[in-house]
Amino acid sequence: MADQATSTLVKKLMLAVVAMFGFGFALVPIYDVFCDLTGLNGKTSGSAYQAVDVVVDTSRTITVQFLASNNDKMNWAFKPAKTILRVHPGQAVNTHFFAKNPRDYTMVAQAIPSISPGRAAEFFHKTECFCFNKQTLLAGESIEMPLQFIVDQDLPKDVKTITLSYTLFDVSEKSLASR
Amino acid sequence: MSHGPAKGLSRWFLATNHKDIGTLYLWFSFSMFLLGGSFAMIIRAELFQPGLQLIEPNFFNQMTTMHGLIMVFGAIMPAFVGLANYMIPLMIGAPDMALPRMNNFSFWLLPIAFAILASTLFMDGGAPNFGWTFYAPLSTTYAPPSVTYFIFGIHIMGLSSIMGSINIIATIMNLRAPGMTLMKMPLFVWTWLITAFLLVAVMPVLAGAVTMMLMDIHFGTSFFSAAGGGDPVLFQHIFWFFGHPEVYIIILPAFGVVSEIIPTFSRKPLFGYASMVYATAAIAFLSFIVWAHHMFTVGMPLVGELYFMWATMLIAIPTAAKVFNWITTMFKGSITFETPMLFSIAFVFLFTIGGFTGLMLAIAPADMQYHDTYFVVAHFHYTMVAGAIFSMSAAIYYWLPKWTGRMYNESMGKVHFWISFLGFNLTFFPQHFIGLAGMPRRIPDYALQFADFNMISSIGAFIYGASQLLFLYNVIATIKYGEKTTVKKTWEGANGLEWTQPSPLPYHTFTTPPEFK
Repeated sequence: MADQATSTLVKKLMLAVVAMFGFGFALVPIYDVFCDLTGLNGKTSGSAYQAVDVVVDTSRTITVQFLASNNDKMNWAFKPAKTILRVHPGQAVNTHFFAKNPRDYTMVAQAIPSISPGRAAEFFHKTECFCFNKQTLLAGESIEMPLQFIVDQDLPKDVKTITLSYTLFDVSEKSLASR
Repeated sequence: MSHGPAKGLSRWFLATNHKDIGTLYLWFSFSMFLLGGSFAMIIRAELFQPGLQLIEPNFFNQMTTMHGLIMVFGAIMPAFVGLANYMIPLMIGAPDMALPRMNNFSFWLLPIAFAILASTLFMDGGAPNFGWTFYAPLSTTYAPPSVTYFIFGIHIMGLSSIMGSINIIATIMNLRAPGMTLMKMPLFVWTWLITAFLLVAVMPVLAGAVTMMLMDIHFGTSFFSAAGGGDPVLFQHIFWFFGHPEVYIIILPAFGVVSEIIPTFSRKPLFGYASMVYATAAIAFLSFIVWAHHMFTVGMPLVGELYFMWATMLIAIPTAAKVFNWITTMFKGSITFETPMLFSIAFVFLFTIGGFTGLMLAIAPADMQYHDTYFVVAHFHYTMVAGAIFSMSAAIYYWLPKWTGRMYNESMGKVHFWISFLGFNLTFFPQHFIGLAGMPRRIPDYALQFADFNMISSIGAFIYGASQLLFLYNVIATIKYGEKTTVKKTWEGANGLEWTQPSPLPYHTFTTPPEFK
């Protein structure tokens, strides 16, 4: 039965199958680009913000909460210096996080930030952050990791509280192996 | 072309005849239906009373997972593929499917896929226990070792579905009887054509999703692991990009079946044929752009919630057009209530209930309350069981006399229907209430206030399960001892090319294309 029309059609359909398989994988970068463009998902920029000279908006006070948690196999002591700061939009604020490696070997960690509510992410600027780099701690070493941020004046009026959460991931295997 | 079937087992292993392959598909799916059903019986037995009586929570999770996987991929989908194999060539006046050898291969992949899947029950760490939606990282980082077998099972099953649908598209596009234009095709053929395109589009995406899982588990990638820069929510997006069209893959052929049966027993042509075709196409198109309504609680932004809410509600319009057309077909018809018609009317009635609860779930703010409760379980069983399975039962009763040349026992059929109807509603109607009251799905134990409704639900499930054995008996008894009939038109109101052929159907039909007016 496999006449000309049938085999042409079957070839086209098989091409569609391959294309859709590829599309499934293409969804991965599409998803990332979509989140980047729209600022959805609470993902903040991975690089430092260049501060612009602006007037501090003292008419509003924003509560910024800090959370620190370890990913499942991570075991560092990890916590913010202050869990809550009250800041004005436009004001550059300094704070820091503590971390300690309790193990008897060197470990490398990477902190991944996330902002809630997600739409506040594009209005939360980090001028300096330990999350921009990997942190290497020797056995038993501890560290104070700096964070400087500015909340944008354009932050929507109804956002009164921003939660910044860091999750610490163990990347020792990949980082130490590549040296 | 005049030779008969081969002797012995080679008739089945080497089958290229569409009727033989259809038969294989139908029996395979029925055996999977009983297997998946027996898992449901275990689930309902455990939920008969609060507390843990019969099984461990981990085994309970394996049962809910395997029940879902086997019913969706092993029972409902192959059942409709079998029906397509059997009926589409007969309905369009073709001698066979366009690619008979590939047809054989797509069937025989299925027992392999499901043998692999079922074998995980006997493995160390047990079968998959992460739900039929297999959300990562539950299905990657925290999965039992058997997940790899599950992934290969899905790959093979997906390959089978893709080949089956390519075959169906090729058959419908190229082998129609002269004169049968697309807009003259029976509606069952139309719904299957659209379903086959859905399958070609989304089964590869599912294959991609499980391939990513495989790579995350064994090859150190991090598609779905936040630890490596991936995102678990991405899994849900990819899964439901497949998953939502999948539910229409299941229900569209059911729409086709009842669109054949209702006109027959109403003795009127189908009302609004063209609108039925367009509604089917509209539903298929919308199915691609509404997937995140399964994910309202992942923390989507407001615009996302609103978009997916409105887009989902849009589906109600073409679906309502279909329900309207079925009811209007029956309106002022001279209706008789043979078993296939009873199942079809119950389909229209119960599927509409399932559609309405779907609309309730589509309301994003309300879904925060309903999400992952028994309300969802009730909703999709009204569409999957009262939708797909009821229409499948209707189809078997409707065409069985044609296939076998023997009449089934009508009173036993009606008893099967009424027990099914009663058992089904007894099982799933109370689940709306316990869901609204807050009982989560996929739990082996529950708070005391849900006890009464759960007991009713379990009793209903046992009744429904037992009624399927009566169905099995009726079918076997028909094949073996049923009253012989050689009437070409089993049902006086029936229309369509399949009824121009002798009963029982000869091994080869339409070796020369029929005249189609």
